[in-house]
This record gives sequence, C-alpha cells and structure tokens, in this order.
Amino acid sequence: MTVSFVLLALLTLSAAVAAMSMPRLIHCALALAVAFTGLGGIFLNLGAEFVGLAQLLVYVGAVAILIVFAILLTRGSEVSMRPGARSAISGTVIALAVFAVLAHAVLTSGVSRMATTAVTPSNRVQEIGVTLLQQYVLPLEVIALLLTAALIGAVILAWREKSPAAQEGAETR
Amino acid sequence: MVPVSYYLILSAILFSIGVGAFLIKRNIITIFMSIELMLNAVNLSFVAFANYWNQINHQFSGQIFVFFVMVVAAAEAAVGLAIIIALFRTRKTLNVDQVDLMKL
Repeated sequence: MTVSFVLLALLTLSAAVAAMSMPRLIHCALALAVAFTGLGGIFLNLGAEFVGLAQLLVYVGAVAILIVFAILLTRGSEVSMRPGARSAISGTVIALAVFAVLAHAVLTSGVSRMATTAVTPSNRVQEIGVTLLQQYVLPLEVIALLLTAALIGAVILAWREKSPAAQEGAETR
Repeated sequence: MVPVSYYLILSAILFSIGVGAFLIKRNIITIFMSIELMLNAVNLSFVAFANYWNQINHQFSGQIFVFFVMVVAAAEAAVGLAIIIALFRTRKTLNVDQVDLMKL
C-alpha cells in the first residue's frame, strides 16, 4: 500500500503541476484529467470505492471532457501573455503561505500520528446508499434540485442568441 | 500503513498548487481548472478523514460529504463553462485583465 501511495501521489502531483504550468490549454486539460485519475486511484487506495469510482465517472468522464469542449469552442483565445512579475511573485508567496499554514495545522495536530487502515472488502456502497436515502434524504433532494437548476441555467447561458434579422423573420412569419 | 498526515500533506500541496495557479494565471479556463483542482484536494482530505474515522466508530460521513461536494462541483463546472462560452462570444477574449467590467 505504501508503494502504491507513493506512485499515485507522484503521478497526481506531477500531473497537477503540468496542468497548471503547460503553455497550451488543451495540454493543461489533459494533464488535469490525469491528475483526476490519480486522485481516483488514491481514493480507491483509501477504501472509498464509491467515491473513487464516482471520481472517475464525474471528473474524468464529464468535467474534463466539458473543459476540453469549452477550450475547443473558444478557439483562438489562448492568452499567451506572460503574467506580470509582481503578480507571479505575490501569487507564489500567497500559495506558499497557504501551504505553510495547512502543513503546520496538519503536523501539529494529533491526527498526524494515526495510520490509515487496510481496505477490507465490505458492502460499503450499499451502506452509503441506505444512509443517503435515510439520514441525508433532504440534502439529497435539495442537491438534486440545485443540479437541475444549474444545468438549465447553463443551457440558457450558453444558448446562442438569435441575430436581430433572424428574430424579425420569426416575428413576421 | 501510510499515516493519515501524508494524505493531508498531499492534499495541502495540491490545494496550494491550485491557489498559486488561481492567482498567477490570466486565462479564465486555467483559473477554472485550478478551482477544480482545489475542490479535489479538499475531497482528498475528506476521504482520508473518513478512513481515519472509520477505524474508530465505523462512520463514513466523509464519503457522503464528498458525494455532495462532487455534485456541487459538477453544477459549478456546467454553469462556469457556460459563462466562459457566453463571455467569449461577446468579448472575444478570455483574459481576466480585459474582463473587468465589475471592477471598481
């Protein structure tokens, strides 16, 4: 398990760095898909079958493809302009500060001494389904409504507006 | 066995990469991808804590929370990319420095 963790962590980290630093957008999106896959592997490693497979389906299967589609639909928008030196320096400093705070919080808490357990086969997916539909049924319904509203809103936002000529033609008909 | 803190540190590194790219990059799509990366980093710490918590009292609320985070992230992805496409159609640019209508 240790070896698989190291391999998956290295894969995920290098893919994430590549996704954030490659010059071409489409390469960034594909590297991001690799990072999502590595994270899905880590989830499976931690014994979260449901979440790991949902990660593969939702992120690698849907979100990454959606990003690729958005990149292809906005062709010619490559912002190749280098960021200003001040922006790069302050961004790096803020990122390092965030990491320092998070690492300090993790390393000084009691959690850092606990080890993860080995994965034992179980019907965990069934338990998750039962819990979702009993204890968390109201959040589930609310989030279903949210997802429906968001998808309808996305369609309306991305809808190509009719040109004035086409609209006049529709009115006179 | 791998300590939980390794997973949490990995999650912190991924989150920091996301924060850095969010602040440095000028393209909206790259900024959007860094947001997705940050959401995934948080999911990783949720799953690590779910595993840790599972040893103590056989709870797995962390995984259920990750499910909800994923649904919200999917909704955010759909709306965000629709906004990006609409923006590109009207502005012909995706540089955040040129999309500053709501800036004071």
